[in-house]
Amino acid sequence: MSTAVLALEDGTIFEGSSFGAPVERTGEVVFNTSITGYQEIFTDPSYSGQIVVLTAPQIGNYGAAEADNESVKPFIEGLCVREFSPLASNWRADESAQAFLTNAGVPVISGIDTRALVLHLRSRGVMRGVLSTLSTDTAALVERAKNSPSMAGLDLATRVSTTKQYPWTQPVVGCSPSEDFGAPAEQKYHVVAYDFGIKRNILRRLAHGGCRLTVVPAGTSAADALALKPNGVFLSNGPGDPEPLLNGPALEIRKLIGKVPMFGICLGHQILGLALGGKTFKLKFGHRGGNHPVLNKLTGHVEITAQNHGFAVDPDSLNANDLEITHINLNDQTLEGFRHKSLPLFCVQYHPEAAPGPHDSLYLFDDFVKLMADR
Amino acid sequence: MPRRNDLKRIMIVGSGPIIIGQACEFDYSGAQACKALRSDGYEVILINSNPATIMTDPELADATYIEPMSLEYAEEIIRKERPDALLSTVGGQTGLNLAVALAEAGVLEKYGVELIGAKIPAIKKAEDRLLFKDAMRKIGLDLPQSQPIKWDGQSRESKQSALDAGLDFAACHTYPVILRPSFTMGGSGGGIAYNQEDLLQILENGLELSPIHEVLIEESVLGWKEFEMEVMRDQADNCIIVCSIENFDPMGVHTGDSITVAPAQTLTDREYQMMRDASLACLREIGVDTGGSNVQFAIDPKSGRMVIVEMNPRVSRSSALASKATGFPIAKIAAKLAVGYRLDEINNDITLKTPACFEPTIDYVVAKIPRWQFEKFPGAEPVLGTQMKSVGEVMAIGRTFKQALGKGMRSLETGKADGAAVFQEDLIKARLITPNPDRLGYIRYAFEKGFTEDQVQQLTNIDPWFLRQVREMVDEEQLMAGLTLGTATKEQFLSAKRNGMADSRMARAWNVSPLDVRARRKELGVKAVYNRVDTCAAEFESFTPYMYSSYESTCESKPTDRKKVMILGSGPNRIGQGIEFDYCCCHASFALQEFGVESIMVNCNPETVSTDYDTSDRLYFEPLTLEEVLNIYDVEKPDGVIVQFGGQTPLTLAIPLKNAGVPIIGTDPLNIDLAEDRKQFGRLLDELKIPSPANGSATTVEGACEIARSIGYPVLVRPSYVLGGRAMAIVYDEESVRRYMYEAVTFSQERPVLIDRFLEDATEVDVDALCDMEGTVLIAGIMEHIEEAGVHSGDSSCVLPATTLSAGTIATIRTYTEQLARALNVIGLMNIQYAVKDEKVYVIEVNPRASRTAPYVSKATGVLLPKIAVGLMLGKKISDFTDAVGVLPVPQFFVKSPVFPFNKFPGVDPSLGPEMRSTGEVMGVGENFGEAFAKAQLGAGTPLPDSGQVFFTLDDRDKLPGAVLAKRLHELGFTITATRGTANVIRNAGVPVKTVFKVNEGRPNAVDLLKARSISLIIYTGTTGAAAFGDEKAIRRNALTQRVPCITTLNGARAAVEAIASRRRDPIRVWSLQEIHGSKKTKAGG
Repeated sequence: MSTAVLALEDGTIFEGSSFGAPVERTGEVVFNTSITGYQEIFTDPSYSGQIVVLTAPQIGNYGAAEADNESVKPFIEGLCVREFSPLASNWRADESAQAFLTNAGVPVISGIDTRALVLHLRSRGVMRGVLSTLSTDTAALVERAKNSPSMAGLDLATRVSTTKQYPWTQPVVGCSPSEDFGAPAEQKYHVVAYDFGIKRNILRRLAHGGCRLTVVPAGTSAADALALKPNGVFLSNGPGDPEPLLNGPALEIRKLIGKVPMFGICLGHQILGLALGGKTFKLKFGHRGGNHPVLNKLTGHVEITAQNHGFAVDPDSLNANDLEITHINLNDQTLEGFRHKSLPLFCVQYHPEAAPGPHDSLYLFDDFVKLMADR
Repeated sequence: MPRRNDLKRIMIVGSGPIIIGQACEFDYSGAQACKALRSDGYEVILINSNPATIMTDPELADATYIEPMSLEYAEEIIRKERPDALLSTVGGQTGLNLAVALAEAGVLEKYGVELIGAKIPAIKKAEDRLLFKDAMRKIGLDLPQSQPIKWDGQSRESKQSALDAGLDFAACHTYPVILRPSFTMGGSGGGIAYNQEDLLQILENGLELSPIHEVLIEESVLGWKEFEMEVMRDQADNCIIVCSIENFDPMGVHTGDSITVAPAQTLTDREYQMMRDASLACLREIGVDTGGSNVQFAIDPKSGRMVIVEMNPRVSRSSALASKATGFPIAKIAAKLAVGYRLDEINNDITLKTPACFEPTIDYVVAKIPRWQFEKFPGAEPVLGTQMKSVGEVMAIGRTFKQALGKGMRSLETGKADGAAVFQEDLIKARLITPNPDRLGYIRYAFEKGFTEDQVQQLTNIDPWFLRQVREMVDEEQLMAGLTLGTATKEQFLSAKRNGMADSRMARAWNVSPLDVRARRKELGVKAVYNRVDTCAAEFESFTPYMYSSYESTCESKPTDRKKVMILGSGPNRIGQGIEFDYCCCHASFALQEFGVESIMVNCNPETVSTDYDTSDRLYFEPLTLEEVLNIYDVEKPDGVIVQFGGQTPLTLAIPLKNAGVPIIGTDPLNIDLAEDRKQFGRLLDELKIPSPANGSATTVEGACEIARSIGYPVLVRPSYVLGGRAMAIVYDEESVRRYMYEAVTFSQERPVLIDRFLEDATEVDVDALCDMEGTVLIAGIMEHIEEAGVHSGDSSCVLPATTLSAGTIATIRTYTEQLARALNVIGLMNIQYAVKDEKVYVIEVNPRASRTAPYVSKATGVLLPKIAVGLMLGKKISDFTDAVGVLPVPQFFVKSPVFPFNKFPGVDPSLGPEMRSTGEVMGVGENFGEAFAKAQLGAGTPLPDSGQVFFTLDDRDKLPGAVLAKRLHELGFTITATRGTANVIRNAGVPVKTVFKVNEGRPNAVDLLKARSISLIIYTGTTGAAAFGDEKAIRRNALTQRVPCITTLNGARAAVEAIASRRRDPIRVWSLQEIHGSKKTKAGG
């Protein structure tokens, strides 16, 4: 088995076994604490530009299944795991996780002390790194990590966005004969979904809830979006720093506010925050996992949520006269959602569509439909 | 929703004695609940009949009742204490059943007691099979398909159509199908039909057996993947999953008998979330208001179809495992939720900053492996099925599954982990197909013998991912075996250690000592480090030093520079070594903390209080092997290590540890060893002029026969260094000695077999004593056994204070105990077993360590023995703790009675002998012996009758004294029946008696009467003879199934008669430990 190296910009080196593609990739090294759902993480476009460390130690056990892809391909730059299983053991698997990543050109380093790596990132903050399954020249790799682009200020959303608009009507389907989501609602509402790196399960959930979707590129102007005569506009999740979008997509989004009901998730929430005059900041090591408790201040209920974000909206930067904070993270009290007091608009920082993660917040899709229905 | 202020006094129901399926995990959960509620200002009233529990320590409740967990006694406690609420969900099935009984009898209503945790309708819905099925169907959850098949009980046509209906069902689903006749005792007549022939036979038989001629035919989910979800809910309907668990053994093996793994390893997120949604829906539909529940699922590995198997609306064995596996204290939180808190109002103990309302995520793998003891039940087939048989379990934490499994296997202490087990090639297939205690061993062996993963998968239905892991472990072992100590590289050592391989396994392959392997790998820089269990996969800082070893790059142990002592725990529960030792270890830890010394606990048993991260300053969840203990020693460098509280497990490590330079505190391991060494110990007794039964030790068959001849039969034979009388036997002739030696010698290898003259009809006495460095001895308890010598001390009821010993005998016992304690330089606890015959006192056995009776004596005297013992080890004196001298006084009568698992082992003779077979114990308290004994018997589940027919059959020498008892029973209103010889003697004593046949004499005989349920008590002596009679066994077995108490010794019979008399005479009355012992507390100890 050949050697793989993960080199961090601060000079920290991890050597392990190489799986996946023979290649060298740079990215921001981040960790995700989900126990299940590695394939959905691989294929979430929000991980573009990131090398992902999974804290769950046994990865690859259940292989990969086409139905679980959250986009067309894996978007992670590289994968770091404690132990990687070349064997896929699950009735749903189409291929092994190894074949899946190798075919997509993603390098994997296995056998490293992922906990030590996470402790390092937790105390020093996320940083740039290089994952190489080609070279073991650690000094050169550290140099490459230092010279790689920083996540702060990086617009990745427009890079991963679709180039052409396309329709979506597919609802969610149970994963086995025992999972029944009920019949999809009649698709009465036309929703324009801005793709900043959208996950398929968001589209499926909206479609299931009664939306006929038109997915549009990140750069779509407000006029073009309104020309589609939507009942509502959805702003998707996506990778990178939201701030560079301030002078691009966010300007157009601002023009849509108040004109149509709007719903944003993750980067979509950050863009709305920026468009409404708020500020975003970079978290030390982000929120990535499937166990974050979020308090819904409107119901008093706690939702266990899936999260994946390195930036957050500063709640103090929001205009309290217009906006109401609806959700907060109970771990660190950061902002997880807000709504406009008078205009039809709400958004959340976390991922109600799950995939991977718990289904506690699916009601938000119904809320969006209701917002459109009430107009 | 904050804390409820309308409640002031809360009653907690414990789980009673340790039985198979309900062990000390409920001491863990109950103790957590007590602590949580008291720290919140509630007054806690506790009922639990088990004196060996931490939860029954008077410090943990405001009123602690060690009383029978029956309706009448529980009601009396409620009447007296007037609690506002009763928490039903932390005491296992026993606790739940008692809560339901109290509610149904109207007691809770009468006294205005609110049931908190789970309400009656929820409990019913979860436990009643039909209600549960309806509820689950209502919320759209799938269950195994089933159909009732009925016969009118008469016509042939009706029966034929019933059989046809069965065949139709089986045709719609695939074979096998499960058949369950309705309303048969213990599910008898049911079975699994693998084909049409089986089906017709079992179905027809079942229709005949069922009193309503009905059989439920059910789709089989055998071989499906099995999962459990540990769920919590608060009053605001916030729900979380604490942990998912996947069973290594597929459906068909009870989850308590399965190797289980946390978290689930082979589920996609889609499947996991489907199961999560189903678990929460189930919890809501069943209506568990607050607390923890456990939901079990099966998934068809071919289609992904998921069915719900069952749910427990309470804290369970799995929730204890989940708590230890994640660091999330389910029982503690459940108690807080029950009094109104919300999950988000409670903080995570480990991170301190984040709330408990989250789902733990873990960056390691946990494996639980059960521990069985079929060897103690000859006649029981060592096969695993849907009824739980294991007596204990171990848990191991590793960074990977392989590491966890490797650690788990050696935690079991079966000696099999280092490759010493013997397997037979021709048995491989059979051992893989039928689940059994050796199945994992046979899977490994099959791989060694060249079986493929597919072959093993087809035979076992175990998930291929698990089999690949096991296969990789075997491959690596074989690779290492091909190397040598000198040629193995650092990388190879590191890989082997990271994959869980023990030093001892490599040592065995290389024919070197494990310490050589240790030295070499350390030289190469391959050393264990410690990672923390932190609930959050390192996302937040951990403030709780709960650790497991790994061979990763960073050590998170962060040892302190305080004065510290390490306590070695007792490992998996097994018969003879269970909760009593955990009790001692916990108290050792509490005492250290009280004395300002840092306590470090090492143990691998997930059921215990000692492995609660709250118990000690620092917890290492590790196997109790020399390798692992030395690893911890290297990192922690404690000032002392305590080996005398954990039973045999740490004692076997004592001398190797001492030799490795580890400072053992308390009695010197060499003196502990001396007591086991026949020759040295015999010399010591000679010097002290203390008599003991004639004895010797042998290492050969001929040697054993010669010694037996010279000391005279009957003799007691046993291997050295065992607890619980493992393989101990009384033999009456040479042939039996030979037969025994063939078994025993293979059991204990180079350890000699000990042979003692067996004193028939002697009274056995257990003594617990403390001795300090100055040689001051305090006798804590002189316990008189109710059964005669020959019955293992752990299986005999005993009483404090002694009731029949003369003042002279007690003085002699006191003198001998003091002499022995001083001669062995005991520092701490010691236990001595004496036999008293004709006023002469013989020493049978000396154990210079904590004994099984330490908690019972502590509860009876109100003096915490382990705490004082720890003080003595730290150099304190007895007078620092108590003003008592000589023998501690006992304010009332306290009887300890054993509880046996015979109902789980059909076909086993439930007789008592020198090999211990009880799993647990209860205590009864009374103002007189009879009252205490009656309560103990009731608590042990063998209540004595108040009226009815007593059946006597007595050994010749027992006939005259037996007749006196018959007379007394007659006066108490019982009718007497006896076999011919016994009847004659009883009749001569002027007591009316009916004569019945012995089993081999004709009919109706005693067994017929039993089956007709016309006997309420059996007194049957004479069972200690050389040959075992079939009819005795039949009577005992039938008595067991009919739940009729069967007394096999005359002393036992005397005690029973006194107890029955007390039931007539004395009112139902209860005493809390706080009342009994008043404010008397063990002094702080300076």
